[in-house]
Amino acid sequence: MIQRKDGGAEESDGARGASAAGPFSSALIAEDEPLLAANLAAELASLWPELSVVANVRDGAAALEAALELRPDVLFLDIRMPGMSGIEVAQALVEEWEDTLAPPLLVFVTAYDEYAVEAFEQAAVDYVLKPLTTERLERCCKRLRAALAARRDAQDPATRVPADRQAAAAAAMEATLLQLRMLLAERHKPDAAPAPLAVIQASIGNTLHFVPIADVLYFAAADKYIQVVTAARDYVIRMSLRQLLAQLDAQNFWQVHRGTVVRVGAIAAAVRDDAGKIRLKLRDRTDMLPVSRLYAHLFKPM
Amino acid sequence: MKDRGRPPPQARYAMRGLNSVAFGVVFGIALAVLRDQHVWVTLVYSVATSILCWLSMDFGRVAVARWLHRGVPPGVDADARDWPGWPWMIVVIVIGSAIGFTGGNLSGDLITGERSARLLDVRSLRDALSLLSAVLVPAVALTYFFYTRGALAAREASAQAALRQAAESRLKLLESQLEPHMLFNTLANLRVLIGVDPIQAQHMLDHLIAFLRATQSGSRSDQQSLRAEFARIADYLALIAIRMGERLRLEFDLPDALADLRVPPLLLQPLVENSVKHGLEPSVAGGMIAVRARREDDDLVLSVRDTGSGLSDAPLHPEAFGLAQVRERLDTLYGSRASLCLLAAPDSGGGTLAVIRLPATPP
Repeated sequence: MIQRKDGGAEESDGARGASAAGPFSSALIAEDEPLLAANLAAELASLWPELSVVANVRDGAAALEAALELRPDVLFLDIRMPGMSGIEVAQALVEEWEDTLAPPLLVFVTAYDEYAVEAFEQAAVDYVLKPLTTERLERCCKRLRAALAARRDAQDPATRVPADRQAAAAAAMEATLLQLRMLLAERHKPDAAPAPLAVIQASIGNTLHFVPIADVLYFAAADKYIQVVTAARDYVIRMSLRQLLAQLDAQNFWQVHRGTVVRVGAIAAAVRDDAGKIRLKLRDRTDMLPVSRLYAHLFKPM
Repeated sequence: MKDRGRPPPQARYAMRGLNSVAFGVVFGIALAVLRDQHVWVTLVYSVATSILCWLSMDFGRVAVARWLHRGVPPGVDADARDWPGWPWMIVVIVIGSAIGFTGGNLSGDLITGERSARLLDVRSLRDALSLLSAVLVPAVALTYFFYTRGALAAREASAQAALRQAAESRLKLLESQLEPHMLFNTLANLRVLIGVDPIQAQHMLDHLIAFLRATQSGSRSDQQSLRAEFARIADYLALIAIRMGERLRLEFDLPDALADLRVPPLLLQPLVENSVKHGLEPSVAGGMIAVRARREDDDLVLSVRDTGSGLSDAPLHPEAFGLAQVRERLDTLYGSRASLCLLAAPDSGGGTLAVIRLPATPP
């Protein structure tokens, strides 16, 4: 069952399509509980023998690294993991994924969660609850196989010209982005929206500075800190971007990247380069902010 | 406390108005029969008088009460704000009766074309009072009736609200102990173990059963031995340990001399849960949880320490409920003699240290 090829993705894509033993696929499992991870691998082995689990990791950062390196077809992501959550892994992955390749199919696994699970029943991105029953996992595998078969068709080098394959990869990425956006929208839905922040309180030395929210140009997340950038100077506050986002007015502040939230009024222009990447020019600033493809849909003419 | 169980104030005014009219009808018919008078004519006077008495007394009462309580901020206790007290109420009733009597007779005269007695026609206060008594006595009786019924309704509503609050907080307590993420992950592990290691699965199930039983009875505020408390915490942590594998190490330190002291059940549970949820689960490397008991003079000192990701500067959010609940229980049971503090562990191991200090209670 270990028929995985090392080396470039183009090569393995081609080999997969031509394989006589049937379409082999690869999967990555990210689950922090060792028993559950081992069990998922074992169940997959019996339900889907042609699927090889190329990596089985215990935390989010390791999952991202392994996914970028091994480029599996399917990613099983536990949502609650130490370090990065499964959703953060997916966000980072689509930001760093190459344009020419279809992203992995995503399966989110969670014990309990606030998301509307039904919303994902029909999506190619799957969303399953622990304890995962064999019957439910079988259904999940069936869906993944169908999605992978469709992709293989669209990318078959024997029948498709390179431009078509490019377009198919782009379409696959678009579908994944759409579903991730849905998931994120579910997550940011405030249960009881508190009044949005009016000022940011940031301390520098012994002084607590009060920064009116309208003076903020953008927020940039770094590890456990957030850099608050204003025209006059920068401040640092100690909270997560997720905590901050919950307290910002979504009309005035847009997340444009995994680690960046911009005040809409501070944006002067959005510039698209030849590679299709969008960068934001801010008023009275020279630095440009990159926009991740997950948020590119926000920047369209009216 | 908001009285959600009662109709709004407007509806209560209307109810009193309707009751007054109903009383007027009954009173009028009774008077007509007793005095052998014309029923319709008596009814007109009686109902008109009732309505005017009610209007002047009900609104007079509120006007006087609000004037008396003008310093009290609105919305504090609406019922108390609109009640002037009995001495003032008697004054309101007497004046209201005079207005009702005169107004009722005048409107009665207007409708029927007859001429009835006027208050101003009488010579002495005694005559006036005896004339008024037909209005005064029922007015006092009705006011008393409305007053007691209002007070009763308010008391009932606040008792209901208190019951509801108690139920809500019990439910919250139960929910926090049976956190769904913990429960379903435990069940997921159990499901796997049944296949690969049935003996281990049985052990895990035993721990789960003991833990569930403890959370069921733990919401009641009996006391249990420190030994039992440690056993329940060990059950909970054993479940977590199976899930986290090598990432979790456990240490328990309960000196024999302290094992029989009494403590409120599951007092340590929220602290241990915080250590798991906010300390170790978010940490990639995992770490250690140590639960210890020691005695300092007359005090029992319980501590939960982890080597997890430590306290953040961000305001305490989800764990705040657990901590508030522990503080509240300590405060109710021991007052100022007990305390809970949460601090960054003072040694190089990092993480968080929670310390409960309470009076040592022998069995």
